[in-house]
Amino acid sequence: MRDVAIIGVGMIPWGELWEDSLRTIWTRAAVAALEDAGVDTVDLITVGCMSSGLFVGQEHLASMVADQLGMPGVPASRVESACASGSLALRHAFAEVAAGLVDIALVTGVEKMTDVDGGAATYTLGTAADQEYESFHGITFPGLYAMMARVHMAHYGTTSRQMAAVSMKNHANGLLNPNAQYHLKVSIDDVLSSTPVAEPLHLLDCSPITDGAAALVIAPIDRARDLAGRRPVVRIAGSGMATDTIALADREDLSRLRAVELSAERAYAMAGKKPSDIHVAEVHDCFTIAEIMTTEALGFFGPGEGGPAAEKGWTALDGRIPVNPSGGLKSKGHPVGATGVAQVCEIVNQLRGEAGQRQVKDARVGLTQNMGGSGGSSIVHILEVV
Amino acid sequence: MKVGIIGYGAFIPRRRIKLEEIAAVWGADATSYKRGLQLHEKSVPGKDEDTITMSVEAARRAFLRSGGVEPERVGALYIGSESHPYAVKPSGTVVGEALGITPVAHVADLEFACKAGTEGMYLAHSLVKAGEVSYAMGIGADTSQGAPGDALEYSTAAGAAAFLFGADEDRILAEVVATYSWTTDTPDFWRRVHMHYPRHGSRFTGEPAYFRHITSSAKGIMERTGFEPKDFAHAVFHQPNGKFPIRVGKRLGFTMEQLETGWLSPWLGNTYSGASPMGLTAVLDIARPGQLILLTSFGSGAGSDSFVFRITDRLPEVQELAPITRVQLDNDKIYVSYGQYASLRGKIRMGE
Amino acid sequence: MLSPARAWREYPQRYRLEASRCTECGKISYPPRVVCPGCRGRQFETVTLSREGTVVTFTVVHVPPAGFEGQAPLILALVELKEGARTMVQLADVPDPSQVRIGMPVRLEFRKIAEEGEAGTIFYGHKAVPA
Repeated sequence: MRDVAIIGVGMIPWGELWEDSLRTIWTRAAVAALEDAGVDTVDLITVGCMSSGLFVGQEHLASMVADQLGMPGVPASRVESACASGSLALRHAFAEVAAGLVDIALVTGVEKMTDVDGGAATYTLGTAADQEYESFHGITFPGLYAMMARVHMAHYGTTSRQMAAVSMKNHANGLLNPNAQYHLKVSIDDVLSSTPVAEPLHLLDCSPITDGAAALVIAPIDRARDLAGRRPVVRIAGSGMATDTIALADREDLSRLRAVELSAERAYAMAGKKPSDIHVAEVHDCFTIAEIMTTEALGFFGPGEGGPAAEKGWTALDGRIPVNPSGGLKSKGHPVGATGVAQVCEIVNQLRGEAGQRQVKDARVGLTQNMGGSGGSSIVHILEVV
Repeated sequence: MKVGIIGYGAFIPRRRIKLEEIAAVWGADATSYKRGLQLHEKSVPGKDEDTITMSVEAARRAFLRSGGVEPERVGALYIGSESHPYAVKPSGTVVGEALGITPVAHVADLEFACKAGTEGMYLAHSLVKAGEVSYAMGIGADTSQGAPGDALEYSTAAGAAAFLFGADEDRILAEVVATYSWTTDTPDFWRRVHMHYPRHGSRFTGEPAYFRHITSSAKGIMERTGFEPKDFAHAVFHQPNGKFPIRVGKRLGFTMEQLETGWLSPWLGNTYSGASPMGLTAVLDIARPGQLILLTSFGSGAGSDSFVFRITDRLPEVQELAPITRVQLDNDKIYVSYGQYASLRGKIRMGE
Repeated sequence: MLSPARAWREYPQRYRLEASRCTECGKISYPPRVVCPGCRGRQFETVTLSREGTVVTFTVVHVPPAGFEGQAPLILALVELKEGARTMVQLADVPDPSQVRIGMPVRLEFRKIAEEGEAGTIFYGHKAVPA
C-alpha cells in the first residue's frame, strides 16, 4: 500500500446560498481544491452526498458534476453514508490511490439543502434513521440526539450548561472562520434561552441547514512532495470506519457512540497513534451532545468527562485538545454530504499552519471524526505532517 | 342452546371539554344547557383516536374478559359507527387484523346513525345462535360529529364498546334472553355524502323519533318476554343527552335506581353508536348473577334494537379483568379548551 | 414517504406487535429479522409482545417533521417492553410533558400514527400512554 497525502483543499463560504445551485457550489469548491493542489487533471472523482435526490431531485450526481468540471470521461462515483458521506468519499479515494489503481483523486462533498422547506429538510435528514420503525413515529434527528442526551445526563450528570458550552465555544471559533455560515457571539445563556427544538436540546444546540461544498485533492506521497513546494506535506496516517445499528432501539448503551469508538480504534491502530498524540480535532457536532459524546468516544476524555471538559474550556482553541477550530458543524454549517470533507480541509489548513486567526499552535497531528445518522456510521481520519 | 355475551370492554378517550367552554364560544347560556340537556362535559378524541383505534382497544378488553378465547376462533366481526374513517374501505378489516380475527372471518362495517353498534351485536348474536360461527363480535364506536355552534356540539363525544358473543356455557356472562327491533322511515337526523356534519330535524328528533321508537321497541320486547319494568335490575336506553334516557325510562315505568348505572351521558356526552352499548358495559361492570337487564338503542332514520340479558354466575369473576367503564369516565381526565377541541376535531381550516 | 403497500407489509408487527424469537439464542427481534443480531441464527418463532413496558429515554419534539405538522409538541419515547425488546413510539395522553421520566411505566395503545393527507390511506400502529 502506498502512502497517500492531501495536496489540495477547496472551501467556499457556506450558508443559505440562494443564488447558487447544487452544481455551482460543487464546481467552485472543486476548482478551489485543484488550484490549491496545482493540478488540472485527475484520475478519479468521488462525491459524498447524502440526498441530492430528495433535496433537489438530482441523482446520477457524480457523472453530472464531472461534466460540470469539464472532465467527462473521468471515473466518478457518489458515495453515501448519511452525514458521513464526505468522509466516505475520502476513504474510498484514499483506498484507490493507496492501492495504486489511480494517482490523483478529487475528493468532494456537497449538499444543497435550502431548495426544500424546513419540513421537507427535516424529513430528508430523518431518512438517515430507520424509516419503518423510527421516522414512522415522527422522530426527528434532533429528537434522536435528544434521547441520547437524556440518557447521558441521567448516566453521568451531564448538564444543559455543559452542552451550551460546546455551542458557545464553536460559535467563538466560527467568528474566526470567514467561510462559516454564522458569525455570532453566543453565550451559554443565549443557548439555554433559545427555542426548545427537542428537549433537552435548544435551537442553539443544533447545527443549521446549510448549502455548501468542499473538496480535496489526494495523491501518492512522492507526487505530493513534488507539488508541495515549501508547504508541509500532510499524510493520511489512518482511516477507520465502523457502523452501528441505525435504530436506537437496538443499541444496548445509549450513553456511548459505539461506531465512533470502533472507527477511532481502527484509525489509531493504523496510524500508530493514541488519543494523546492528537493536537487538533474536527468532530461531528451536529448537536452539542454529539461533541461531548464523540470527544469521549475518541478517547480525549473518559466516559462522562466530555461535558465537564467542554465547560472548563479544555476543547477551546487554547485548550488541552482544541476541538472544532473551524466552528464545527454548529457555526460553520452542516451541508451534510460536505461536512466530512470540510473537516479534513480544516485539519490540513491547521497542519500547514494556514488557519489564520484560529490557528492551533504547533499542530502536527490532527484528527477528523464524521458521523452518519444517530451514530449508525462513523469515519475517523488521522492526518500528520511528514 | 344458550347464547350470550362472553366478553365485553369499553374505551373512553381521556380528553374532556366542559360544556361551559363550548357555550362561551357561541354566546350561549351554559346554565340553561346544563339544566335543559343535563350535560356537564363530554369526551373528546385525540388526533390519533378514531373509530378504528377505539374499537381495537375496546375489543382487546373484551378478550381479556373472555376466558381466553383465541381471536382466530372468532368467525364474525361487525363495527357499527357513523364516523368510519374511510367512506370506502372497511374499519372492520383494520380492527380484525389488529385483533388477529382475520382472515377466516366475516367482517362488515355497519351504519344506522346511533343504532349501528347494537346492530353489530344483533348480528353477532344471531350468527352464533344459528350455529354459523362459534364466536362473533359486535362493536359500537364513534367520534361523533357535530357542526360548530349547533346544539349537537354540546353532546357529540367519542367512545367504543365491544361485545364478544358465544355459546360456551362456562363462558357466558350475560345470556341473551330475547331480541327485538322496531324500525320505520323517519327522517329526524341525517348526513349526506361529502358533508362533514349531520343535520337534524330539531324538535322532530324528539317525540316522533327517539321516544316513539324506544318506547315501541322496549314495550315490544317486554310483551314478547312477559317481563315488566320491575323485573329488571338495570335498563339502558340510547343517551343522546342527559335528559332523554331518563325521561323515556320513566315514561316506560322504570325508576331512577334502574336507570342510573348505565346513564353516562351527563359526563360522557353522546357517543352515537357507542352510546347505549357503553351504558351496557357500565351495567355489566357491576351487575350481579341472576339480574335481568334491558338494553334499547335508538338510531335516527329510525329504529330501535332491544335486548334482554340475564346475568350468569360467571360475570363477577371477569368484571375486574379489564378497565371499568365508570372508572375510565371519572379518572385521568385531560381537559381541553375550545381552541384545542376545534384543532383536535379538525374544525379549523388549514392552509393548503 | 409511506405508500399503502409499504405500510401494509408491516401490519403484523405494527398492528399485533409480532416479533421473532431466535430458536438458537432466544433473542427477540422487533421488528422480526432474517438474521438474528445476537447469534446470526436464521430460525425463528413468532412471538407477540406484551403491551406493557417502561420508558428508556424520551424527548419532547417541538419541531415535528413533515406529516406531523400541527401535532407539536410530540413526545417520543424509547420503550422497553416486558420481553426486553425496545421500540420507538410516541407517548400520548400526557397532560404535562414535564412529568415524563425515564423508568416511567407505560402501556401501548392502538392509535392512528399518520395519514397520506386527507384523501390518502391512514397509518395505524401503537403509541405509549401512561400506565
